[in-house]
Amino acid sequence: MWRRLKDKISRKLMLIATLFCALLVVAIAVALFAKSIPILSERGIWELIGSPIWNPDRGHYGLLGSIMGTVWVTAIAMAISVPLSLLTAIYLAEYAPKKVRSIVRPLVDLLAGIPSVVFGLWAFLVIVPLVRDHIAPLFGVSTSGFTVLAASIILAVMVFPIIISVSEEVLRSVPLEAKESSLALGATKWETTRHVVVRKATPGIIAAIVLGFSRAFGETMAVLMVVGNKQIVPASVFDPASPLPALIAQGYGELMSIPLSESAMMFAALVLLVIVLVFNLIARFVLHRLKRRWSVE
Amino acid sequence: MNRRKLVEKIFKVLMILSTCIVLASLIGTIAVIIVKGLPALSLDMLTKSHTGSFLLGQGGGGILNAIVGSLYLALGATGLATLISIPVALYLQKDYRRNGTFSRLIRLSLDVLWGTPSIVYGAFAFSIMILIGMRTSLLAGILVLTLLELPILIRAIDEVLKMVPKELKEASYALGSTRYETSFKVMTRWALPGILTGVLLAFGRAVGDAASILFTAGYSNYVPSSLMDPVASLPIAVYTLYNSPFPKVQEAAYAAAFILLVIVLGMSLISRYLAKRFSIGR
Repeated sequence: MWRRLKDKISRKLMLIATLFCALLVVAIAVALFAKSIPILSERGIWELIGSPIWNPDRGHYGLLGSIMGTVWVTAIAMAISVPLSLLTAIYLAEYAPKKVRSIVRPLVDLLAGIPSVVFGLWAFLVIVPLVRDHIAPLFGVSTSGFTVLAASIILAVMVFPIIISVSEEVLRSVPLEAKESSLALGATKWETTRHVVVRKATPGIIAAIVLGFSRAFGETMAVLMVVGNKQIVPASVFDPASPLPALIAQGYGELMSIPLSESAMMFAALVLLVIVLVFNLIARFVLHRLKRRWSVE
Repeated sequence: MNRRKLVEKIFKVLMILSTCIVLASLIGTIAVIIVKGLPALSLDMLTKSHTGSFLLGQGGGGILNAIVGSLYLALGATGLATLISIPVALYLQKDYRRNGTFSRLIRLSLDVLWGTPSIVYGAFAFSIMILIGMRTSLLAGILVLTLLELPILIRAIDEVLKMVPKELKEASYALGSTRYETSFKVMTRWALPGILTGVLLAFGRAVGDAASILFTAGYSNYVPSSLMDPVASLPIAVYTLYNSPFPKVQEAAYAAAFILLVIVLGMSLISRYLAKRFSIGR
């Protein structure tokens, strides 16, 4: 009887713990939304996301600069990272000798574990001087090096392992028969890879890119350390910016003590959460569908 | 040579080039941190906390407060997260749920949680702290990091538990064990090496995360003496010290980054080794 009771009690406790974890997302969203209400009711959503003027001391809370900063930094990071990651993933999945693959894969996974402040420090030591002394002069621009470009480069590096490991897995799970029939028809290896393997794996690759995107989108510390942190709408890659996560991290301390500023910060966090949530759900949904389709075949 | 063969060659070169760039960025990161961090290490650096003269760039102190702080934070959070994760992961197994919709929803919500930026956790925790009037402290830092670790750990343990052989479970049930006994005594024991791998990974994530504890753990020049004290940590030390105008203090940032890298890579290597031994043993 005691054993039965123990089973019953433990089951209830486990249910509670599980629900707690599952509802955490909801709790975060609700808390951030509740905190954003003061600024939303005072200024309205369009002023918040439509005005480029950010000056909390004077009561200006326009987030457009930060939003555009986020868009620039993330878009350029993805433009650098996606082609390099996909070529690497295809190489590892289709071309690389077994030995090369068995060395490169763990190294790429290792890259995923490096803390973002360490990447930030590396970017500060290597990428910022590189942008200042070599890349910017090439275009006839003089900058401090703390720019959208520097942040984009470091984000691209941080996104490598995510896109590579997810898309390599998808590529490798493409059925062998499909490849063999293409090769048998006289297609070269690259033609087979491009027209058969990559086409079949496209949804999975898109999901990998979206996952990488959401990592880049929310990354804080590394960006904060090299992006220059100026609340303007960047006009070129050699301008400084202040993407949303960096804005939140910086606002802590001075701004958090003013209720309306705090509310603006929480709204910025809410925007981040919602965008990441939407993209993540899309990626998971696509990956899930894909898995099911292949297991049926 | 015809055009098709040429295209084949070009793409092969491009692919190898990309792989090299990816590897170079990895090796470059590690190499730079070692080159800059290793010379900055000294006995003082490892055994003394920040002091006034240290922060003014005149030497004489170290980053002990950050090292110990990071260990406190990550150990506390990992312990707490493990305690919650094992029952939750067990509860997601088929033993407890006959229809899969519930488990699927929970897993989806955990995956979403996994993708949530850590600065959002930080902002969330900060808003709760204001609500209940809590100050930046070791306890708050531990709690945020616990939340951050939960999705990682639950999903890792979940994947291991899914692989528990059906025969083993059936044998346990056939002997008259309850689900509780089968779950906590048979399944967890079988999955122990896998669980350990997940725990190490989660620890690595917690020890390196800065954005979530920026608002919650605070910073302090001393090793905390109670749960309610603010606490320094290695990632925040890297961020704070590198901003200093004094070269000597910046060196301490490199040293902190080096130690952080050693801890994280060490965890990752140990967990990899465990996973390998584990899979061969089966």
